[in-house]
Amino acid sequence: MKSIFGAGAALAFSLAASAGSTLYQHGRIATGTGPVLDDASVLIVDGRIRGIGREISAPAGAEVIDLHGRWVTPALFGGIGSMGVVEVSAERTTNDGGLNLGNVRPEFDPALAFNPDSLPIQIARVEGVGFALLAPEPGTHASGGNVIDGLADVVTLDGNAPRGPSALVVEMGREGASLAGDNRAASFLLLSDAFEEARHPPRAGEPRRLTDAGRATLQQVLSGRMPVLFKVDRAADIRAVLRFSSQQKLRAIIAGGAEAWRVGKDLAAAHVPVVIDPLEALPADFDRIATTLENAARLEHAGVTVAFSLRSNAPHEARKLRQAAGNAVAHGMSWEKAFCAITQVPAAAFGAAPLGTLTVGEKAHLVVWSGDPLNVTSLVEAQWLDGEPQRLTSRQTALRDRYLDKLRRGEAR
Amino acid sequence: MSLIRKIHPRWIVLLASLGASLMAHAQPADPYPSTYRPAVTAPVLIRGGTLLTGTGTRLANTDVLIEGGLIAAIGTNLVAPAGATVVDARGRTVTPGIIDIHSHLGVYPSPAVSSMQDGNEATAPVTANVWAEHSIWPNDPGFQTALEGGVTSLEILPGSANLIGGRGVVLKNVPSITYQGMKFPGAPHGLKMACGENPKRVYGSHNQAPSTRMGNVAGYRAQWIEAKDYLRDWTDYEAKLSAGGKEAKDLKAPKRDLRLDTLAGALKGEIPVQMHCYRADEMATMIDMSKEFGFRIATFHHATEAYKIANRLAENGICAAMWADWWGFKMESFDGIQENISLVDAAPNGCAIVHSDSEEGIQRLNQEAAKAMARGQAAGLDIPPERAMRWISLNPARALGIGDRTGSIEVGKMADIVIWNMEPFSSYALTEQVYVDGVLQFDRSHPADTPRSDFLLGQPALRGDLP
Repeated sequence: MKSIFGAGAALAFSLAASAGSTLYQHGRIATGTGPVLDDASVLIVDGRIRGIGREISAPAGAEVIDLHGRWVTPALFGGIGSMGVVEVSAERTTNDGGLNLGNVRPEFDPALAFNPDSLPIQIARVEGVGFALLAPEPGTHASGGNVIDGLADVVTLDGNAPRGPSALVVEMGREGASLAGDNRAASFLLLSDAFEEARHPPRAGEPRRLTDAGRATLQQVLSGRMPVLFKVDRAADIRAVLRFSSQQKLRAIIAGGAEAWRVGKDLAAAHVPVVIDPLEALPADFDRIATTLENAARLEHAGVTVAFSLRSNAPHEARKLRQAAGNAVAHGMSWEKAFCAITQVPAAAFGAAPLGTLTVGEKAHLVVWSGDPLNVTSLVEAQWLDGEPQRLTSRQTALRDRYLDKLRRGEAR
Repeated sequence: MSLIRKIHPRWIVLLASLGASLMAHAQPADPYPSTYRPAVTAPVLIRGGTLLTGTGTRLANTDVLIEGGLIAAIGTNLVAPAGATVVDARGRTVTPGIIDIHSHLGVYPSPAVSSMQDGNEATAPVTANVWAEHSIWPNDPGFQTALEGGVTSLEILPGSANLIGGRGVVLKNVPSITYQGMKFPGAPHGLKMACGENPKRVYGSHNQAPSTRMGNVAGYRAQWIEAKDYLRDWTDYEAKLSAGGKEAKDLKAPKRDLRLDTLAGALKGEIPVQMHCYRADEMATMIDMSKEFGFRIATFHHATEAYKIANRLAENGICAAMWADWWGFKMESFDGIQENISLVDAAPNGCAIVHSDSEEGIQRLNQEAAKAMARGQAAGLDIPPERAMRWISLNPARALGIGDRTGSIEVGKMADIVIWNMEPFSSYALTEQVYVDGVLQFDRSHPADTPRSDFLLGQPALRGDLP
């Protein structure tokens, strides 16, 4: 019988060097800002992208790598969740994903818990993920959770520190209700109270719910400098959030959005981006009765700006987001919009452009793929982050190599 | 011309009735019997598809003939019988129906409301007396979405809160008001057991045994000791009864016990053991325990460290049912790697299965297998799609004890068949038609006007063309 064991895996390319010039040529280049370029090149000089297109020639001494039709993309978005603050989800001592302080702290910034050495970061990084939105998870009512979760930060997987908060995160719908006296209408009440206090700071001796820093955070939101990420699914609740945001003059982003397709026209008219999980197909609860795999396609058709995140906040699953984007395409979304939903759109929505794009003059955050990055069978063959080529090894590849070796000898027992 | 002939249809019926009669012993034949009878339909000739048969074989440009709910012939230029429906599958891929060995559809249904969390009888660490089928809500919309993903048979298991959680049941993915109308005729029950963190967390947090892994093992062993006594009492009783005479006349039957019925069934080999177990060292302990008491473990479920003991599993004839890429959600899943499935497959006589344990994953087990296949190939393993196909068809069928009747495209087997718009190992692959016992249960070109689930009837429109 023929052995299943072939010759070991060979890396497609040698590791390019950060100093000097690298020309990837004859590739399919998806920049995140325009159509996919066939048989095109990307030139990287001293870690910066210096050319994208057909007519790029290699500078003297450049390393020239023939991609033979492989794909080049920006490093991908890993979704909204606990990237960099969780090792093992169920082990409390390793999980800084939530907050149960017992009072309202809009200024709470999870970035101070961010650990660039976190294993889920190491493992997502070798899978083509370059950035994510670190957002606090809701607490529980019993332990003092609030509809205002705190701030969210764009984090990069390149070892750098977070860049500062990019959104305020608020729980609405059923989750908000559980934090607002078991009534979703009271979520708006609590929010209105907080914004009112930010607009009209209490004088000495007057009752207050917020700290000075909390009021300052909400003032940034009220001035339009920072968007509010509303976690909400039910169509009626999304409409209510749109009305509330309009009244309060908030820049809203919807996350969850299982029934967003039912209010597509309203979302498009209000220029409100929506972050959905395109793998959702089931009425997981009564907030999500009209869930459909066509959510993404229908939102695109309505002219809504769409980004993707898995529903799960687990950073361990960030590498799965491109599969979700591929499924959105299978269910009617255009490839280009699905690709932008895990690159350019979330980066722009959360104030992190030009991340999520390949842009001349910017540092290389890019990935070379064996094929279409939205297809599950395509794998990362090279990755650059913050202008540095990355080694494609992780604790998981080390485990693989150790036990593949034992298995070849018949000793995996 | 027929290329493959293995099991004559008549055999199938015989095997099924044999399976049923073996259940008589300390316990009566299934008191909640299957009422599923496939509709009688015209023959179907699926013409010219590329077959991934589920046995590891690829057959290009091949016809499949369905008659009487069974696969009647496989070959080229088959003649359509009178009245047959002919389906043009040129350019399409034809596979056996997908089988999920680990699902909680119906017992943890959508919507996940508090009143329907019926999957864990977490009131005692051993509940071998409960049967998952008695919790199943057949209206779970997840059955329909799984069907759209090509799933034709699935095992519904109790959850993993308990050391011994109860009996699982194998269903055909067909519409029915009752679970009996879905029950796979003649399929054995499964016995759900769980290693590791879950039982000791659930009971330890109530300051009750088990609170440690050693407490887990002591808990199982005490049960098997009791079950062996119980089985001996019944065996003695039945031997004396069949010997006849005066002694037989005065015999009193041992007291029946639902919990011990189930465990005795596992000891007799009638109920395959389906064991939730993540860590390699714990799986090794469980293998020793199965030898101590003389039962057979069919499958380790989840098994995120199966790759570390792939040879040991294969040598003991135990399958591993795994996810493609889950890891890190709890400590015992910390060492999960994406090559797990392919490494288990690569061991000589290895039995790798892709399972879901998820209402999302069950909708795209083909993609989960695709991810695992791609990782195996990148690690240098020779895993073509026709080999990976076994992970979601014949291997789980065998581990469930139904491998002689479904799980592959072979003559004489149940016509559980999927036609895909392309080779299924892709993000973009979709089922076009799904047949269960030769009955077209899903047709993407003619989606039903109304949802199958009563729950979704009259709710906001879920389907239809883009607005």
